[in-house]
Amino acid sequence: MIGLSHYLILAAILFTISVVGIFLNRKNIIILLMSIELMLLAVNINFIAFSYYLNDIAGQIFVFFILTIAAAESAIGLAIIVLIFRNTRSINVDDLNRLSG
Amino acid sequence: MNELIQFDLSLIMPEIFVLSMAMVVLMTDLFIKPSSRWIIYSLSQLTLLGSTYLTGKDFAEETQFAFSNMFVRDGLADFLKMISYLGISLTFLYSRSYMKDRGLYRGEYFALVLFALLGMMIMISSHNMLLVYMGLELLSLCLYSITALDRDNQKATESAIKYFVLGALASGLLLYGMSMIYGATSSLDIGIISTTLFNHPTDHSILVLGLVFVLAGLAFKLGAVPFQMWVPDVYEGAPSSIAMLISSVPKLAAFAITIRLLADGLQSMIIDWKEMLLIMAVLSISIGNITAIAQKNIKRMYAYSTISHIGFILFGVMSGSLNGYASSLFYVASYMLMTLVSFAILMIMSNKNFECELIEDFKGLNKRSPWYAFLMLIVMLSMAGIPPTIGFYAKFMVLQAALEAGFVGFVIYAVMMVLVGMFYYLRIVKLMYFDEPKVKGKIEASLDVQWVLSLNALSLLIIGLVPYTFMEATTQAISLSLN
Amino acid sequence: MNSIYSYLAIPLLPLIASFCVGILGKKLSEFFASSFTILSVFGAFILSCFTLNQTLDGLVVNQAVYQWLATGRYQFEVGFLIDNLTAMMMVVVTFISLMVHIYTMGYMKGDPGYRRFFSYISLFTFSMLMLVMSNNFMQLFFGWEAVGLVSYLLIGFWYQKSTAIYANLKAFLVNRVGDFGFILGIAMILYWTGSLDYATVFKNVGIITAHTMQLFGQPVEVITVICVLLFIGAMGKSAQVPLHVWLPDSMEGPTPISALIHAATMVTAGIFMVSRMSPLFELSDTALSFVMIIGAITALFMGLLGIIQNDIKRVIAYSTLSQLGYMTVALGASAYSVAMFHLMTHAFFKALLFLGAGSVIIGMHHDQDIRNMGNLRKYMPVTWITFLIGSLALIGTPLFSGFYSKDSLIEVVKLSHITGSNFAYFSVLVGVFVTAFYSFRLYFLVFHGKEKWRLQTVAHNDDYHHGLNPKDNPHESALSITLPLTLLAIPSVVIGYISIEPILFGSFFAKSIFLNVEAHPAMEHLSHHFHQIYHGPFGMAVHSILSIPFFFATSGVALAYYCYQVNINLPKQIIKNTQTIYSILENKYGFDSFNEKFFAHGSRFLGERFWRLGDEKIIDGWFVNGTARFVGKCSEKIRIIQSGYIYHYAFAMVIGVFLFLTFFIKI
Repeated sequence: MIGLSHYLILAAILFTISVVGIFLNRKNIIILLMSIELMLLAVNINFIAFSYYLNDIAGQIFVFFILTIAAAESAIGLAIIVLIFRNTRSINVDDLNRLSG
Repeated sequence: MNELIQFDLSLIMPEIFVLSMAMVVLMTDLFIKPSSRWIIYSLSQLTLLGSTYLTGKDFAEETQFAFSNMFVRDGLADFLKMISYLGISLTFLYSRSYMKDRGLYRGEYFALVLFALLGMMIMISSHNMLLVYMGLELLSLCLYSITALDRDNQKATESAIKYFVLGALASGLLLYGMSMIYGATSSLDIGIISTTLFNHPTDHSILVLGLVFVLAGLAFKLGAVPFQMWVPDVYEGAPSSIAMLISSVPKLAAFAITIRLLADGLQSMIIDWKEMLLIMAVLSISIGNITAIAQKNIKRMYAYSTISHIGFILFGVMSGSLNGYASSLFYVASYMLMTLVSFAILMIMSNKNFECELIEDFKGLNKRSPWYAFLMLIVMLSMAGIPPTIGFYAKFMVLQAALEAGFVGFVIYAVMMVLVGMFYYLRIVKLMYFDEPKVKGKIEASLDVQWVLSLNALSLLIIGLVPYTFMEATTQAISLSLN
Repeated sequence: MNSIYSYLAIPLLPLIASFCVGILGKKLSEFFASSFTILSVFGAFILSCFTLNQTLDGLVVNQAVYQWLATGRYQFEVGFLIDNLTAMMMVVVTFISLMVHIYTMGYMKGDPGYRRFFSYISLFTFSMLMLVMSNNFMQLFFGWEAVGLVSYLLIGFWYQKSTAIYANLKAFLVNRVGDFGFILGIAMILYWTGSLDYATVFKNVGIITAHTMQLFGQPVEVITVICVLLFIGAMGKSAQVPLHVWLPDSMEGPTPISALIHAATMVTAGIFMVSRMSPLFELSDTALSFVMIIGAITALFMGLLGIIQNDIKRVIAYSTLSQLGYMTVALGASAYSVAMFHLMTHAFFKALLFLGAGSVIIGMHHDQDIRNMGNLRKYMPVTWITFLIGSLALIGTPLFSGFYSKDSLIEVVKLSHITGSNFAYFSVLVGVFVTAFYSFRLYFLVFHGKEKWRLQTVAHNDDYHHGLNPKDNPHESALSITLPLTLLAIPSVVIGYISIEPILFGSFFAKSIFLNVEAHPAMEHLSHHFHQIYHGPFGMAVHSILSIPFFFATSGVALAYYCYQVNINLPKQIIKNTQTIYSILENKYGFDSFNEKFFAHGSRFLGERFWRLGDEKIIDGWFVNGTARFVGKCSEKIRIIQSGYIYHYAFAMVIGVFLFLTFFIKI
């Protein structure tokens, strides 16, 4: 039988993978966007699992909002990446260190 | 039912107004020539005026809820909204000529700032974690885009992607924390969370898990150590006018959700978040002040100074008393006034061909323009916390609240860090008054900017001398909203 | 005029004027700068007169205007205590200040610092008003320091002049000593009564009297320590021995300042403060004796120094010192009202004398040496007449204002039984003779005799001491100078006659000054004399003709006349025969050289040692520079963390969350 804790553990694993993806990846900025998406999905699993087991609809509604906002977020992220590519001809994470100190 | 909706709508009139006007601004921009941008500017200022009227018209004397308790309108909310309008209005005014010089004086800037304002207003008034998240994202998405407004500027785009990635990570953390709290309390409503936690003590560790993640998200927005890394890079990379926006008004909104979530929703977990905030506050004050010393870029210096100010604001919050919250509110509002002037002077000193961003650029300012040097002097003294400026009073109140809460050692530590901080603030004063100017030439600003800027800077001095009305307003705002 | 805020206008008017003139500076025309400040001070004067009128009807206001800080137990406020004492001081301060403002228009004409000067004196008026109107010790201390600050600024007004800078520094250092005592006194009051508010302190004074404290192994009454400490503050401001050394040197400042600050108003702040604190001082006979003896020493010995001075301003400066000593003696005799009365009359005639001296200095083209003057009455009639009036008032000629205050003062000292009153009585009596002598020495040398500048051959090349060429004639000063002289001459003559009865023997000070009649009955006796024997002020004047002080005064004048009009060579012979005494006086009793040798050298020696060992090695080396270096290093280290790479930043955030989780989740 799959219980709440299984969902939570799955979500936690996904969340960890995504977070690690953000700071381990040193190549492509697009992968950062993917990690962020994954992170939000992990949160969604959490919310839906809780919502189902608590018999409360609010969590599922929250997920709808997260999904839409995630879409908007990726759009803006991609737009910024396009700008970066226009300026530096590269979307390598390692190349983004003009600002430091 | 109809009446109920009408009542709900009447409470969110300011939000509706700002939203519609933001769209009007966006649309109008399509139909006007670039030479008549002043229409957009006036429309935006009118928006702020109108929303000030709408908020002020029925200023909340008591707490009122709308939309199934999702939206709250209370003293704290209205107070913070009023100050936000003021801050945004000053931002528009101060950045006008700077943006014009750099070709950034475009319709989308105004629309995006107004949308960001809407996001802040929602955050300030949110009484539900869903709304907190919505407002936060509306604000953040607008800020990410504004940071990259100067499209061909490498630094600006780089800072935008940093801000974006880290911001998304932070909101992911916040959401994860919210899901945990939702799981533990089975509600998203801050009021219900609060009562549930009081009446049925639930699994503590899952709550702490949620709390840590939520706190990480909040700390990112505020810019507290160890979630502060974006602050210096974004301040430096973004155009000064946008750094001014990011550094000023959003802190009010972030403060509002901090108070709502911690002091209201998770009130019964005070023992836990008190210690977490303490760690963050102490780290912020020390890292902010110490790192600021080594800076050569004044915008980076402002960034680190912001981090240390945030530390002081957290000091007030963590004392966990109404007094402490009120003094933090006082601090955050006065911080906004200070930071606006500090960036405005930076922008006035810049012109089409010259970007004032190094500390050296302040050399000999007194010889070039004694009045602006004097205004800058007031700001620096105020930021350093020297009486009789507002900054002194704010620090004093916050530390006193912390002292009453029993953090004697940490207060002494904070005062010592203030001394470290004086070094870099007073260095600016020294450069202005005792060094020879590196750049020649007069500093020019339009008449309205001159007047408003002078008033704004002098207000730091005047409120510092007569802090009681202001202090009473904050105390009242807090005590009306939290009980 | 009923709201407390209308009283606020009185100090604020000069402050606003000062700020406008000070900040806008060169943008304003000279005429605007002066007329603006004059108008504002005039406004303050008019309002002060209204206030006095109200307080005469019995009004007492004690109210906070605004609270600056409230920390737990203590409140720091700005508030006004307005009663007859305050109102009298307000009128005196604003009146003298107004006269000096007008006078300055003529005196400082053409000086490059014209506007700055007006800004300063307005600022001074503000500070002094804050001092006298205060209802708590914090504001008192603020005013105290603010008048000090303006005084330093003005002594060093001609900042290119090295003597002015030295005088400035000296005033600063000496006053620090006094202020140190003063602030200790205030701190003790705060400690024992838990308040800085006058009313609360006076109410709780019983708590203080019940205690003694250990001082150098001896039990001492707390109240005595407090009073002595406060009085040390007064000694600094009111230039009492041995903290008097700054006042003669402060004459380096422009003459209007000498009149306003160093004669008429600021130096009397100490006297005012002690009178205000009468409920404290009344409780300690030891402190009163201390006050009286210090005052007596100042009154006599500083007067003696006036005899040998040759700088016109310095003669008057020493006379100021001596008169301040008189007031202090009166304080010691518990005759606060007499001290305040003398303060008021002295303010008028001393301002008159100083402004007259300034007029002479202008006439002499900035030559201040009285040996080069003479027969000026021919050229400067208004200055001559008014100066004569001032001198007559100073020596206590019957019916003049100085007579009433000084005679009452001597009388009350005679009636006092406190320890040291005999010495004080002797001092003030001899002082009368000395005062008369130096005043009329000055008068005869300046206004009568030969026109000595014509005998001079040495040309004056110094920037500030031009002097008159042998062939030139001095001429009377402009209206802006003679008008204040005339206006000041009037009260110098009449104010004593008019006001002695209400001030000394009426109920004028009844609400402001506390007097322990049983312990200190001198005032009571004096009042009895006045009513029963003299039957009023005129009778007092008539009776005085046969009294000892009058005899001393006349003989002083006569001696001066003989020495400087009849037998002109006599003074030189006397100097030759009394070389020792003369050189003692010449060296001002060695105060300056003692300070120079002992304090300056000693502290320089100690300072050198401490500096080498303590400062350079330990404090600078380890603490200051060490800390700075340490902080700098930390700063550089922390900067490295801010590497600029997104993944480092994200990693820092995640580590932060992780650490919080491990710290706070307890399973």
